[in-house]
Amino acid sequence: MSDKNALVPSQEKGGALELGGDSQDFVTANIGKQLFGIPVLTVQDVLGPQRITRIPLSPPEVAGSLNLRGRIVTAIDVRKRLGLRDKEDDEPGMSIVVDEGGELYSLMVDQVGEVLSVPKKAFEQNPATLDPRWREFSDGIFRLDKKLLVILDVTRLLDFTSSIKQAG
Amino acid sequence: MDDLLSEFLTETSESLSTLDVELVKLEQNPNDPDILSNIFRLVHTIKGTCGFLGLPRLEAVAHAGENVLGKIRDGELVVTADAVTLVLESIDTIKYLLGELEQNEAEPDGNDAELIARLNHFADTGEIPGAAPAADAAPAAEEAAAEEVEMTDDEKLQAAFDAAEYDPDFEIPDEPAAAAEPEPEAPAKPTAPPAAAKSQEVAPAKKPAEKAKAEAPRGETKESSVAAQTIRVNVELLENLMTLVSELVLTRNQLLQMVRGKDDSEFTVPLQRLSHITTDLQEGVMKTRMQPIGNAWAKLPRIVRDLALEMNKKIDLQMIGADTELDRQVLELIKDPLTHMVRNSADHGLEDIPGRREAGKPETGTVTLNAYHEGGHIIIEISDDGRGLNLERIKAKAISNGLTTESELEGMADQQIQQFIFKAGFSTAEKVTSVSGRGVGMDVVRTNIEKIGGTVELKSVEGRGSTFIIKIPLTLAIVSALIVESGGERFAIPQISVLELVRASNNSEHSIERIHDTPVLRLRNRLLPLVTLKRILGLDTSDATDDSLDEEAFIVVAQVGTYSFGIIVDRVFDTEEIVVKPVAPILRDLSLFSGNTILGDGSVIMILDPNGIATRTGEITVGGSQGVEGKAKQDASDRETTSMLVFRAGGNEVRAVPLALVARLEEIDVENIEHSNGRPLVQYRGKLMPLVFIDGNYQMKSEGRQPTLVFQDRERTMGLVVDEIVDIVDDVLNVELTADQDGLVGSAVIDGKATDLIDAGYYLELAFSDWFGTEDSGGEKKRVLLIDDSPFFRNLLTPMLSVAGFNVTAVETAEQAMELKNRGNQFDAIISDIEMPGMNGFEFAEALQDDAEWGDIPIIALSSHTSEEDFERGRQVGFSDYVAKFDRDALVSTLIQTLSSM
Repeated sequence: MSDKNALVPSQEKGGALELGGDSQDFVTANIGKQLFGIPVLTVQDVLGPQRITRIPLSPPEVAGSLNLRGRIVTAIDVRKRLGLRDKEDDEPGMSIVVDEGGELYSLMVDQVGEVLSVPKKAFEQNPATLDPRWREFSDGIFRLDKKLLVILDVTRLLDFTSSIKQAG
Repeated sequence: MDDLLSEFLTETSESLSTLDVELVKLEQNPNDPDILSNIFRLVHTIKGTCGFLGLPRLEAVAHAGENVLGKIRDGELVVTADAVTLVLESIDTIKYLLGELEQNEAEPDGNDAELIARLNHFADTGEIPGAAPAADAAPAAEEAAAEEVEMTDDEKLQAAFDAAEYDPDFEIPDEPAAAAEPEPEAPAKPTAPPAAAKSQEVAPAKKPAEKAKAEAPRGETKESSVAAQTIRVNVELLENLMTLVSELVLTRNQLLQMVRGKDDSEFTVPLQRLSHITTDLQEGVMKTRMQPIGNAWAKLPRIVRDLALEMNKKIDLQMIGADTELDRQVLELIKDPLTHMVRNSADHGLEDIPGRREAGKPETGTVTLNAYHEGGHIIIEISDDGRGLNLERIKAKAISNGLTTESELEGMADQQIQQFIFKAGFSTAEKVTSVSGRGVGMDVVRTNIEKIGGTVELKSVEGRGSTFIIKIPLTLAIVSALIVESGGERFAIPQISVLELVRASNNSEHSIERIHDTPVLRLRNRLLPLVTLKRILGLDTSDATDDSLDEEAFIVVAQVGTYSFGIIVDRVFDTEEIVVKPVAPILRDLSLFSGNTILGDGSVIMILDPNGIATRTGEITVGGSQGVEGKAKQDASDRETTSMLVFRAGGNEVRAVPLALVARLEEIDVENIEHSNGRPLVQYRGKLMPLVFIDGNYQMKSEGRQPTLVFQDRERTMGLVVDEIVDIVDDVLNVELTADQDGLVGSAVIDGKATDLIDAGYYLELAFSDWFGTEDSGGEKKRVLLIDDSPFFRNLLTPMLSVAGFNVTAVETAEQAMELKNRGNQFDAIISDIEMPGMNGFEFAEALQDDAEWGDIPIIALSSHTSEEDFERGRQVGFSDYVAKFDRDALVSTLIQTLSSM
């Protein structure tokens, strides 16, 4: 029933960085101590803890699927995707729902913060020494007051074809 | 314009635009077999259809193009830019020819010998001749180029028309106008002209018109008189509606789940109403998508007719159940496979006239298409009475294709060998004809059908013909699924592939056994391979062996094609209607799942794909002989099975009686038995029921309850007192006669044991002997001729019919019956079995149809197959009625009715 997806306005992926104006808006999320940003226009929803159905045999990064108002959303464990260890505390996580190619994905993070407007001039390219996996998923870094904001490239984060092949 | 031709044009122009794209793709990925076989199939279809339509010029070009592609597919030629150009050139020529065809309804004069020569040269040598095709190109090529410009114009126009038509989502024909003139739209709106006006249309308008015709529900375009009552609705709108309704159904289910168990909820009543309305709405919307399958068959008679002419065969195409409706989407998807299979049956299946004469068959071969509903599915059978599959040739071909080895073949069952015809590139036709035989085909057919969740089965008896049985879901949108649990997760299994559920435990009759750790289950004397769902899904975290599993397990017996296997699950819930949603792209390569859905309680659940499981579990060749039911089915096609009630009475030996003869099973309290005139009776349902014993020496229990088989014959009931009811078994009856004992028909091997078959008629007579005398005293007995090859049935029915007051003559074969006829015997009615050696029931009835002496005698068919279609067929050959073999009441009442109506 993919035509149903027409109900969801499509957005220019990754276009956020080229938007006019001096600043850009990101939804921030914490994983461990690291702060991440996702372009605000790609975000559909922010969810609390959800009941997730496991999907056997799926890639380990796929936590399962859940029902979001009648639509099936695939939950991605961003920690695993980034090669981080599992969470140590038992805090229930939160999720950011994004639309990618007409499909909804729920990115599971530790905590969702706020919508942050950051000045464009604070933008930096990924440092060359960054972990290659992170470099693949990151669009760049914003220098904030006390922290660094890593911008996630949702499209690449959700492109499993290349990583599956590697794993296979 | 000829309907067939216009459909061909629409179809072909669609194929051609696909071809252009695919060919260019092929140039980029010369080694992609998928693209290549797609191209090949498209060209093959075009060529095939041209042949039927009598378009020699088109056919010749397509044939040459196909030759080149075939060589490429077989790896004999390499894909180069030049090769693609050459093929594209042939496509252009085809396009040009089609354009002409569309305008003039005939192929233009001239020929394409030059192009064909180049194609053939390339096919034979692999060299592109003449390197300068532009210079010495035939006028045709130039024309083609010129025509292309025109074509583009046409296409622009078409696009414009399309846009004009679809911008408003639907258009409502002006009703009064429509009533006033029969062809209201023809001059004004070329987008939807009635079929009759089409030929007068200007050429550019034709295409969109045809396109509209193809896309709109067909019923409308055909019957222009009812056009006023129908509106044209964009298919996309319907699809959207369907999606919304599906969602509504889900939400409804969710709500129902929430109030379930709360009887006093104030929501109960309105919710019930909502539920009803939703169901009605769902049905309504489904109906808008339903179309009779006859639409997909419409062009088959013509195809078969032309094929018959071309191949010099006599073919009778029978189409049964053309008004069976199914989802438009499904219909579209099975159209091509169906056409292909009918072609195959007519071309390869049926012998030519001399061949049939030699085989002792009537000159006219029959291809039968039969569609009917069966439990939420549509079954389509395509059968021919031709030569059947030649196993030896399949074997040889399978070996030469490297699909298998001789030693592997040794161990394969016939059924399994026949499955090879579904493999890609497999054709056993000795020569490639213009019709078929290139080995495109059955693999594509199978893939297409499986794509929509259907299955294809194949039965073939060499020399007697083949039958393909396609089972497809009624609709793709909502399916019924069985919800099971395994490893703490719930899964849905589409009901279409679930045969039955078995609960196995150590102390029940079904227990799981293992052969070197491979679990198997004995099910009705066959071994069913088992897979543990937990294990194949990787949910089995424990290292423990399957000991736990031996204690108790639920087994879902699933069927994929002819192969059945058991899936061990932890729990089984109920069935639920689910809306299949595709899984996210990142999960697409999980072959074990066919989709996912949201259940009534709001949780997401994965839908298992039995095909995937069957493939995943390794060694299994789908359709293999290990398939328990597959084997059973094959047997069943040769010999019918009968349900037998097995019991014990007086002694240890087991006895049996056909289950269908038994009206009820009762337990009678011995205390309630009364005696009248020295005979035991009980009061049963307000009447007196005589009790009989298996023999004179039988001793009843002195107290407690006594199991009794109740036989019923119209108003009368009779109880046969037994010791114990053992089982009900389905088995092939093979009776060895022992005529020397009263009350026994004979003995047979049932469920592996020698079992006495009791003669129910004898006991009926025993109970009612005094009744019949008085009843029959008036009137002359009617004479009935009974024809049945099975001694069991003759012995069963003869006394039964005599008891009912008929004078019965029983013979073994139709030939014997004919002899009786020739000797001048006369009967009031004939009861005939259908499946008999030699002349079968249908042939017998046909033979009698115009007979001087016996032509007017009503014939009642007796068979275990009593579907509507069998009935129909029976009617056609002259049977006056059709009765199930074990339906005694129906037989007697039918006889009486038939005789009284004379």
